[in-house]
Amino acid sequence: MSEFLSANLPHLLSGISVGGQYALIAIGYTMVYGILRLINFAHGDVFMVAGLIMVYATASLPIYISIILVVVVTVILGVLIEKVAYKPLRSAPRMSVMISAIGVSYLLQNCALYFTGGLPQVYPDISFLTKLVHIGPATTKMVTVVTPILTLVLVILLVLLIKRTKIGMAMRAVSKDFETSELMGIKINNVISMTFVIGCALAAVGSILYFSNYNSVIPTSGAMPGLKAFVAAVFGGIGSVPGAVVGAFVIGICENIIKGIGLTEFSDAFTFVLLIVILLVKPTGIFGEKSTDKV
Amino acid sequence: MGKKLKSTMAPEKKIGSLIAVVLLVVLYVFLFLLDNAMPVNSTTTMLIPVLKKGAIYALVCVSMNLLNGFTGLFSLGQAGFMLIGAYAFAIFSIPAAQHNSVYQYFEGGAIQFSIPEALSNALGQNAGNFLGSIICIIIAGLVAAVFAALIGIPVLRLKSDYLAIATLGFAEIIRAIFQWNGLGKITNGSNLLRKYTNFHDIKIQVGGTIFQLDTIFPFLIATLSIMIIVLLVNSSYGRAFKSIRDDEVAAEAMGINLFKHKMLAFVISSFFAGVGGALLAMFQTTIQAAPFRSTMTYEILLIVVIGGIGSITGSCIGSFLYIACSEWWLRFLDSGSFLGMSVPFFRDGFRKVVFSVIIMIIVLFFSRGIMGDKELSFSGMLRKARKRKEAKAAKLAASTNGKEDGSHE
Repeated sequence: MSEFLSANLPHLLSGISVGGQYALIAIGYTMVYGILRLINFAHGDVFMVAGLIMVYATASLPIYISIILVVVVTVILGVLIEKVAYKPLRSAPRMSVMISAIGVSYLLQNCALYFTGGLPQVYPDISFLTKLVHIGPATTKMVTVVTPILTLVLVILLVLLIKRTKIGMAMRAVSKDFETSELMGIKINNVISMTFVIGCALAAVGSILYFSNYNSVIPTSGAMPGLKAFVAAVFGGIGSVPGAVVGAFVIGICENIIKGIGLTEFSDAFTFVLLIVILLVKPTGIFGEKSTDKV
Repeated sequence: MGKKLKSTMAPEKKIGSLIAVVLLVVLYVFLFLLDNAMPVNSTTTMLIPVLKKGAIYALVCVSMNLLNGFTGLFSLGQAGFMLIGAYAFAIFSIPAAQHNSVYQYFEGGAIQFSIPEALSNALGQNAGNFLGSIICIIIAGLVAAVFAALIGIPVLRLKSDYLAIATLGFAEIIRAIFQWNGLGKITNGSNLLRKYTNFHDIKIQVGGTIFQLDTIFPFLIATLSIMIIVLLVNSSYGRAFKSIRDDEVAAEAMGINLFKHKMLAFVISSFFAGVGGALLAMFQTTIQAAPFRSTMTYEILLIVVIGGIGSITGSCIGSFLYIACSEWWLRFLDSGSFLGMSVPFFRDGFRKVVFSVIIMIIVLFFSRGIMGDKELSFSGMLRKARKRKEAKAAKLAASTNGKEDGSHE
């Protein structure tokens, strides 16, 4: 048992860490889907842009100011995307909004390609996060330890926000019934903006943790984590924040165990197998509410 | 009344299809000249690849439109089926003598024959390559269709965005499987497949002279495939697809078997995506699983949107426009200078930024695309012209009548 543990502990640890990072992205997906019924395909690319902003910010600013800047700029970007690309299509069919999201994703990737010149950008070394620590027999970066703790703290804060505050109540109302809550005097646009603010802020934090682990940012590096985070959101039951977090940890850990047993090519595919299985067995996810289609 | 209408409309339809056929013949003559008689200069070296790739994308976009535009199934698996088609084509057409060098890490591979080569030995090289490629393309389509049928059983039970994400997932799984070294004897793992039959090998011998069919060949396959899709869309199956798109519940109530028709649309669309993938493999001369990621599907989807969701001619126009812009007309944006002036921000990648901004503008403000859900047809144009003429004549008649009335008073 201890032998097994010492052999697999590194994978388990990095799984938990990656899971935490996916969780932070997945919350953005699940909240936006809960309210707008939109798969925000651009969310993974916003996450990538946050990574690039960090690279450019640290070139001229001290690291702690850069971190704050990254969160602020990412939030502004997210809200801007919502105002420009999704808001005008609010009454359009759902597919048009999804196509618009795909268009935004394409735009962000191409802009990143232009600004970086296609070269991988080396992520700045945040010494606090990249310091090595020993956990039992395994040696790992500090970020592995920080991620799950930070994720849990942020999620608890978020759940409190949703359950206890006025804006949280508004969010729950809007996700239940868009039109009725509008009739009840809830300012829909503020609620939607707030969702994007929270989602993007968490994605920015996630990007700092994720790229500290992977060292370089390329224009497509947001696509895969984005898709996986989305799968996590579906797995946990889309619209449910705790569900997304559980899903993200499951995916992160399984993925790293699969890498550990030497099937690296299938670590990405596994995520999608999980997605398809969950969609077929329990389409509403683990924590999802059952919805009925009315004719 | 109906009889009368029919009799007045028939000649326009006839003239319209005649114009279409004439234009098609002109196009093919032009392509033939392009392959065999045109001098090689800067224009033709840009034009030929654009035409080839445009034809391939037109086919793939029409196949996606069949699902998204006509059946209302929002599937994002197109790149996966293209990948299957491309690989199936390449695997069956690598000449036996080249297996050792292509599959150098996998002991020469498992499949030791090549269909074009076998036919070449029997029928002579040109006929063999031509027929062999067509057979391989059909195999490519069939393999993609079989995969689609297997994937469709679970996936087609899902609706709208769940279907989109599940098909996207399957495309990624397919890519992972084809890159897996465990199947290296067939797929060559994550290495390139190369040395298979490509467009340059397609020739025809008439008498003593050999004619190149480089550019005509993809057009031929694409035209045939698109024609089949048009026939399908206009058949009773096509009407069933459209009714599913417009209202699933109503369609089911009218006795349409939802699953059967969705499956049919999915399998046929994937068949043609596989054919498109095979053509893409021929165009690129080497093939690898890595570029067939979701970005490729997004690109195809965006072309469909530009052309108009639910319009076949729109998809074709959109594809040629998109390919011509991205590969040729907007190249100057990457070159660093504009009209002789040096513009520092015109560097590599700027073209794609401009391009994606244009796409966003189309998606946001012209969401119906170029054609909306209408088709470009010459008979339609003629009919419109006649109606305008008649309306004008009627107006004229009315105004002269009015004058006459006035004079009476």
